[in-house]
Amino acid sequence: MEVIAPQAVDTLIRLLAGDGYEVVGPTRRDGAIVYDRVGGLDDLPVGWTDEQAPGHYRLRERDDQALFGYVVGPHSWKKYLFPPEDTLFRLTRQPDGSFVTEPGISEAPRRAFIGMRACELAAIDVQDRVFLDQAVQDRGYAARRQDLFMVAVSCAEPGGTCFCASMDTGPRAREGFDLALTEVIDATQHFLVAEAGSEAGRAMLDRLDPRPASDAEQAAAERVWAEAPEKMGRQMPADAREVLNRALEHPRWEETAERCLSCSNCTLVCPTCFCSQVEEVPDLEGQRSERVRRWDSCFNQEHSHLVGGAHRDSVAARYRQWITHKLATWHDQFGTSGCVGCGRCITWCPVGIDITEEVTAVRRDPEGRA
Amino acid sequence: MSREKPTLAVFKFASCDGCQLSLLDCEDELLAVTDRVRIAHFPEASSQRIDGPWDLTLVEGSITTPEAAEQIREIRSASRFLVTIGACATAGGIQALRNFADVEAFTRQVYAHPEYIETLATSDAISQHVPVDFELRGCPIDKYQLLEVISAFLYGRRPQVSNASVCEECKRAGHVCVMVAHGTPCLGPVTHAGCGALCPGCNRGCYGCFGPKETPNAPGLSGQLETLGMDRATRVRFYRTFNAGADAFREESERQESGAAPPEESGNRP
Repeated sequence: MEVIAPQAVDTLIRLLAGDGYEVVGPTRRDGAIVYDRVGGLDDLPVGWTDEQAPGHYRLRERDDQALFGYVVGPHSWKKYLFPPEDTLFRLTRQPDGSFVTEPGISEAPRRAFIGMRACELAAIDVQDRVFLDQAVQDRGYAARRQDLFMVAVSCAEPGGTCFCASMDTGPRAREGFDLALTEVIDATQHFLVAEAGSEAGRAMLDRLDPRPASDAEQAAAERVWAEAPEKMGRQMPADAREVLNRALEHPRWEETAERCLSCSNCTLVCPTCFCSQVEEVPDLEGQRSERVRRWDSCFNQEHSHLVGGAHRDSVAARYRQWITHKLATWHDQFGTSGCVGCGRCITWCPVGIDITEEVTAVRRDPEGRA
Repeated sequence: MSREKPTLAVFKFASCDGCQLSLLDCEDELLAVTDRVRIAHFPEASSQRIDGPWDLTLVEGSITTPEAAEQIREIRSASRFLVTIGACATAGGIQALRNFADVEAFTRQVYAHPEYIETLATSDAISQHVPVDFELRGCPIDKYQLLEVISAFLYGRRPQVSNASVCEECKRAGHVCVMVAHGTPCLGPVTHAGCGALCPGCNRGCYGCFGPKETPNAPGLSGQLETLGMDRATRVRFYRTFNAGADAFREESERQESGAAPPEESGNRP
């Protein structure tokens, strides 16, 4: 086990930029911690934390200078790998009436992600199954995914809507990274335990002036890993899949629909939701057209539009579809849960609908008699 | 293309002209538009007028007088496709605030000779008087959506205009939710997309300029507005702006005003 100084994270960002990476990490903007370009430690939300509850998010100043003393915000890395809007290809009409096809400008710079949480690594693993482990691969996703340099951070202080421990995806980053950091901070010490997860990560760590961890430092890191799972604000029942598969006609869905705004926030902040709509965007002259893909949501009527109209017409049907797909039928489709326990859908729901509470309510009263 | 260009007519009723100006505001695309359509009636742009029938008619403004109610019937009968543009034409506009008040009392208050004023008791959406082929929302409308509607008409396809929430545009743009992160009341979750989440992008709550989205749950939002500390009178006013007359906003403002319980949900079965 090796230790680096907090300042080494600044060096890390600058070295990655020098190596030609576009470095992206957490930064403070408009009262939240979002993901954007970072140039050094000064761009990170050092000394800040987030307070999260259903439908509620506030930044607070910490009484220390922790680099990673917060959890996940409204953004996820999905916005880089599966962009909100992407031109898939362009068509141009030729004088003889035929069309020439060119690929869209699917930009794919080499990116380095700083401060990825364990749930976020798990989310990328889920989206890899959706976009890559299929008969037809998503070329844009593959291009953006392949040269990533991923710097993970094990959460020391999970938030009020976190439940990764019960989804078995965190809070400790165990795999799928190039470099993983665990921050230890108290009145007497501040350092990061660093682990390499790849050859590229090993080579980078060697450039950060690491030193072997002392017994006390190792014990401090182990204490972080041991205590973090106990600090989860939420918990998902382990049998969520079975509970939901038995609850298709549960009256709970109608009750939830009275609160649900079908605004689609939960799906758009979800790091695994992958639905999109594809539109042809022709010019007025009828000479050129672009095929554009945009994030879509199963909470929109159009999303289930078939001949004759939307087949999930009611909000209750749409909420049920989202939660049962996420936690139950996702297993059948992709061999894993679609939920990684990040808690974004709970925090960023404008009316604070809590996915763990929904499952718990249905589980408590499977027949819906209460 | 050998056939004659389709004709475009633009008419206005009670409104500020802002929506039809969106067509002139197209600037870069305006020549392309005039290349594809013949502008037959558009007093804001040209004094030249060609009589109907017209292939595509854009109508701005709400119906507020008996005369207008007659005119819109004539326009409809002379139009192959009739598209209403803007909050006035699609929901009655800000002037639909009269729908909640006594217009006769207003008239007596404002005019020295109220007997000369001939007006309807309500400000109506065009679709309350004649069948409409497409309603383009917004106060004002978005010029790119207008171009999309014109393009869709030219190629005989359905306009690609999303009925989803403003939240969707917010999230795609990467804006931080003003309601969740700041506690700012916002109509975004019940409001029709189209503006590109202009106000939340400037750290302001959504004013609902594009009117209700599909399947809006305004009672659900009102509960949260109350939690955020918005009092009942302010909640009533929150729904009563440019789209005060749109069904979902009107019903919710009336419900808030009467202090009634949320309506029994019907048709909500999965």
